[in-house]
Amino acid sequence: MTLKKFIIAAGLILAVAAAAFGEEPKSAPAAVGTASAVTAPATSAVTAVVAPGDNTPAPTAAPAPAEKKIVTLKANKAITLSMFAVIIGITMAVVVWAARQTKSAADFYAAGGGITGTQNGWAIAGDYMSAASFLGISGLISLYGYDGFMYSVGWLVAYITVLLIVAEPCRNAGKYTLGDILSFRTNPKPVRALAAVSTVAVSTFYLTAQMVGAGKLMALLVGVPYKTAIVGVGILMVGYVVFGGMTATTWVQIIKAGLLMSGALLLSFLVMAKAGFNPVRFFEQIVNNPDIQDHVSKLVLKDGITLNGIDAGQRFLEPGLYLKSPLDQISLGMALVLGTAGMPHILMRFFTVPTAQAARKSVIIAMFIIGAFYVLTTLLGFGAAINLTPQGIISVDPGGNMATLILAQTLGAEIAPILGDIFLAFLCSVAFATILAVVSGLVLAASAAIAHDIYVNVIKDGHADQHEQVMAARITSLVVGAVGIMIGLLAEKANVAHLVALAFAVASSGNLPVVVLSLFWRKFNTAGVISGLVVGTIASIGLVMVSPNMTYPKTVAAGAKKIVAAMEKKQAELPSGQSLSEKDAAALATAKVNEQLTGTSMMGLEKPLFTLKNPGIVSIPLGFLAAIIGCLLFPNKRSEEMFDEVYVRQNTGIGMAKAIDH
Amino acid sequence: MAEKQYDWAAIAKNPKFIELHHKKRAFLFGWWIFSTAYYFMLPIGAAYAPGLFKIKVLGVINFGYMFALSQFFVSWALALYYAHVANKDFDRMTKELITELHL
Repeated sequence: MTLKKFIIAAGLILAVAAAAFGEEPKSAPAAVGTASAVTAPATSAVTAVVAPGDNTPAPTAAPAPAEKKIVTLKANKAITLSMFAVIIGITMAVVVWAARQTKSAADFYAAGGGITGTQNGWAIAGDYMSAASFLGISGLISLYGYDGFMYSVGWLVAYITVLLIVAEPCRNAGKYTLGDILSFRTNPKPVRALAAVSTVAVSTFYLTAQMVGAGKLMALLVGVPYKTAIVGVGILMVGYVVFGGMTATTWVQIIKAGLLMSGALLLSFLVMAKAGFNPVRFFEQIVNNPDIQDHVSKLVLKDGITLNGIDAGQRFLEPGLYLKSPLDQISLGMALVLGTAGMPHILMRFFTVPTAQAARKSVIIAMFIIGAFYVLTTLLGFGAAINLTPQGIISVDPGGNMATLILAQTLGAEIAPILGDIFLAFLCSVAFATILAVVSGLVLAASAAIAHDIYVNVIKDGHADQHEQVMAARITSLVVGAVGIMIGLLAEKANVAHLVALAFAVASSGNLPVVVLSLFWRKFNTAGVISGLVVGTIASIGLVMVSPNMTYPKTVAAGAKKIVAAMEKKQAELPSGQSLSEKDAAALATAKVNEQLTGTSMMGLEKPLFTLKNPGIVSIPLGFLAAIIGCLLFPNKRSEEMFDEVYVRQNTGIGMAKAIDH
Repeated sequence: MAEKQYDWAAIAKNPKFIELHHKKRAFLFGWWIFSTAYYFMLPIGAAYAPGLFKIKVLGVINFGYMFALSQFFVSWALALYYAHVANKDFDRMTKELITELHL
């Protein structure tokens, strides 16, 4: 049973690695609320560092009008749990149906190639839009305005790369996994093994972020303990994948995308109804809102700028309140634009459709769904800022992740109190379905890499009958799922926000260069794949570990010093006898505590060696360079001779039937 | 499973294939570069041309907002244009090639 031992060993290594990544201690006062570090993608750690002063429970600012609604979030447990039960019931029915159809390896990994373009488009959208997109981005918009919207753009533009460069060639040249594409004209064993390691690494980073987010979210929404939530989500995810394989995963993703879009549309409708369906008036409401103005004044004050009234309101619609490092932005943009096309769970979706035409259609449909969702997100984010006030949103969650949910409850309750509960419960179950759909896709991608690449093709030399292949796939999914649950449990207190950025960095620096060069460059060979994957992956992970994503106590202290200075200046400017508002005084007190922090980061550093949060701008060129140099140093005639085959296949789909029923 | 054998090198030299791959390569990489450049103008512009982004275009709605919104429409338009060209030209040329090769 070498396979079992191997899987267990690999699982343990990953668990330890992920836990080590997570072990990063959070400096208590700077890390405002754990939930903020979890659901918001990539950059949410910034919130914790940039805005420690906003962590005060008082939702109202001193000059604001007297009557203020207190913003709270309380889900009706009975309604929410029954909606969860409905979703579990429907998805379980899908699994039972899918399990009957899953007989061969092609059924398990690629739904037998029987998914239509339209279905796959919805499934891609469902696979891609995580709780971070759903809750995190609207939260960013509700707190930082324009920057949140700008942040969302890259997530859609990324699909142009998928559409033009990878979708159809992968459909034509691949079978189930990244390893299939890369091993076509290279020495298959080392390449498959490495591709599998890379796939498992990317999926594990992403999965850890999702699992921890899921646990925190469920704990917050319905009051289930964190550990129970992780185990519950984990069991469902394992159930979908082990029994229903790709067919069940696809339908869970389609259902989720449908629910998500209905929720977003309905809530946007309510938001726009309040502005009389007039976009100009909607934006005027933002600019003229005294609470938003006050919030922006505070934000820019940290940079030493004084802005008040309508100017502060207008500033909310301008860039620079949240994303302050242009180079980091560009770096993140590169990771998104190139990384999405290198994500194993996204690549895998193209093997489920029968033809390149269907693959093309599915990306285009996915682009319309994803794009429409992000446009609606703007309305939700700004709508939350107008109707709930940024201060109110912060009082519930400093990262803003709850903005959409509170908005649903508030706007629903304005029609009828019970409707608020129902609407909130509906959105909670959308978040629940979102988590399930994304984690299932990740588990499936990781298991496919281990079972198909490592077990069937490396250990068994490709000699495994259908029954054995499906068994291997099921056992691996079970193990991967169990490891996922374990990591989720271990990483409860960990800072996981940077793991999504890390997954995209590895996908864009390790996977994408070798995929593109395999498909388009005649000279590309085994040495190139290996050096590209190794250098790209190690560079991304290494740079993130010495980046500002880690917590540096002394940097936190330095930031706090600035706030102290700003607040003291503000106090000095006040007419004598007057003191700072309650909120400012609290911010000053917090900053004074943080000022005293000292120590080093997990890597033993006092300050980041690499100043960007997103390593893409360095690691992507490194990945490409390493792949090219490695391949030029060790030329291989056979790889060059086989290029004609790869190139004709990927362009025309000739010989593809072989790839499907192999 | 019986696998059909193909003479890949011969197909790769077929004039129809060469025409197809030249056309595809120019279209795909050309438009990819365009869309990427258009996208990076957003973070670069936001950082280095804040004055431009502040200009009010419609009521209080500024250029920056319209430009970010335009990214979505440009991406969608490009996707639809690609689908149009691929369905009309690339698929037809591939079909002709396959017919000619009697596959």
